[in-house]
Amino acid sequence: MKQSSLFQALGAVIKRDLLLAYRQRAELINPLAFFVMVITLFPLALGAEIALLKRIAPAIIWVAALLASLMSIDNLFRADYDDGSLELMVMTPHPLSVLVLAKVTAHWLVSSVPLLFIAPLMGLMLHMDSDVIGVLLLTLLLGMPVLSLIGGIAVALTLGLRKGGALLAILVLPLYVPILIFAGGAVDAAMSGLPISGHTSMMCAILFLAITLTPLPTAAALKMSLS
Amino acid sequence: MFMRFIYKFSSPPYFYAISGKLLPWLSALFFVLLAYGLYGGLVIAPADYQQGDSFRIIYVHVPAAWMSMFIYVVMAVSGGIGLVWRIKLAEIVSIGSASVGASFTFLALVTGSLWGKPMWGAWWVWDARLTSELVLLFLYLGVIGLYNGIEDKRTASRAVAILALVGVVNIPIIHYSVEWWNTLHQGATVTKLDKPSIHIDMLIPLLVMAGVFKIYYFIVLLLRSRNELLERESNGKWIDELLEKVN
Amino acid sequence: MNANKLEAHRLSCIRDERVLFSELSFTLNSGQVLLIEGANGAGKTSLLRILTGFRKPDTGDLFWNDDALDDAQEFYRDTAYIGHHNGLKDTLTAEENLRYAQALASTALTIDDALEHVGLDGYQQTLVRFMSAGQRRRLALARLLCTRKALWILDEPFTSLDRASIKLFEKFIENHVSQGGLTIMTSHHNTAIPHTLLQKIHL
Repeated sequence: MKQSSLFQALGAVIKRDLLLAYRQRAELINPLAFFVMVITLFPLALGAEIALLKRIAPAIIWVAALLASLMSIDNLFRADYDDGSLELMVMTPHPLSVLVLAKVTAHWLVSSVPLLFIAPLMGLMLHMDSDVIGVLLLTLLLGMPVLSLIGGIAVALTLGLRKGGALLAILVLPLYVPILIFAGGAVDAAMSGLPISGHTSMMCAILFLAITLTPLPTAAALKMSLS
Repeated sequence: MFMRFIYKFSSPPYFYAISGKLLPWLSALFFVLLAYGLYGGLVIAPADYQQGDSFRIIYVHVPAAWMSMFIYVVMAVSGGIGLVWRIKLAEIVSIGSASVGASFTFLALVTGSLWGKPMWGAWWVWDARLTSELVLLFLYLGVIGLYNGIEDKRTASRAVAILALVGVVNIPIIHYSVEWWNTLHQGATVTKLDKPSIHIDMLIPLLVMAGVFKIYYFIVLLLRSRNELLERESNGKWIDELLEKVN
Repeated sequence: MNANKLEAHRLSCIRDERVLFSELSFTLNSGQVLLIEGANGAGKTSLLRILTGFRKPDTGDLFWNDDALDDAQEFYRDTAYIGHHNGLKDTLTAEENLRYAQALASTALTIDDALEHVGLDGYQQTLVRFMSAGQRRRLALARLLCTRKALWILDEPFTSLDRASIKLFEKFIENHVSQGGLTIMTSHHNTAIPHTLLQKIHL
């Protein structure tokens, strides 16, 4: 009879989103396939010179990951907005920003974590050294949640729009610049045998900043989209 | 007391009347200062010992770059005020600033690239400041695109305010990360002139031009806000009274 | 259930430069149903969006038990809303949908009981995708029964329901208010809810 606790609500949101993803698991392949295909295009356009590919492989993988994240992020709230579940989520006694964090977590588990498993393979295909691949994975691990968190703001802002797609990219990509720079910097440093801790510390800082701050504008934008 | 002043000034009829009185004075000031600034910059200031006359583009480039940042902050702050206190005028100032800011950013980019040709021998160099300006332009485009995309203008203003606030938190992060990126990847290939003590005859016109740009922004902002107010308040009583007076 | 009160004070709503309503005031107490009538486009849904706190009124204030609605988290503890969309997930079963709703609120009836009440007994494991429009609407309304909320806000609750189901739900609403609940609804149908419980607003 009691009001459900915040943790119950968080668990319910994550569990439901994972279950939904599992029921539509065929769709999970799409961002992965997109990721692999974008990466494949680069050797085709540049030529398969090993030294060149090795040099730019981290940049290719990161840009592809960024685009894949952009592609899947629209699903974060769109379906809920269309079928009315979003209204239910807003009308709970729990703080919406915390529920937003649960949705982003579920989205990250479903769309970004699989990428972490494919990225090393892509690195091998582009002739990256194994220790550099390790650093690349670390940057993806720290950086991709930030992409989802920032993307969430833009998705929430564009929910009410009929043609949100291109606008979403314009809103989101400039905000992705810092994370791309630090990730690229870390992998670059690793390739030239320099310490990477400066870059990764910055990425950690950005990650924590994003976890604490981004749910607030996202929640505000979600409420606004219902008005 | 302060809030009461804010509310009074931001009431549409009061703002409309005051801004109407201010505009001619501002325009006069604008033209006088512009004439002085241009004369000082193009004629009085001595040619640079390294760059010759091509340095004179700073009288447009630097104020434009300053304005591009300044206006984004104004946009975010007034947007935030509009969100919290629901002051209509703040919403209007916020969105009215967006396209002016985007124009200044674009101007800073174009003049920067024109300046780059004689200085660096290339139209575009991935210099930290230019790159930051470019990202800033993208941020402005996002704001404008979002505002135009949402039909209900009050909702659109609030959406834009949220986005501008997110942007304003991000700008320093973007700025420093780009600067860091620049020192890492470019090394010493690009050196802006280290600031030698600038000649006083060069400095004064620069500051005057900065003032001129601010006044210009203020004038455009007032004009745009007046238009937007008339449009949004078109069924307000004070507009009917205004029309009666004119007739 | 405690006595509750929703008070609206001089609300107005302007949408796309058009004044939908202004100077709208009412008080709704425990045990009452508020029926909002009006032609299409008269602002019924806009009013409901204001009453749910999704949209801020252009002027005026709302109070839930004498507290301003701005502190909406408290208000949402007591409020259930069913809008045009059912808020159901197609690829989840009826039971999973209700369990999610319960996890965000407090439990009243068990899921099995709620389903039985709305005539969906035996549909626990059916995916919503395979249900008819009427069954989905009934499942959405079952949410009202399996969570404990004092104020029900219902936007056209009876769309795609047959006459028997409408009667059933009017009984639920009567029961709800007779136990101290409150209901706000819009409807095209002539309602059979007794006039003694009913307040009407015509937009």
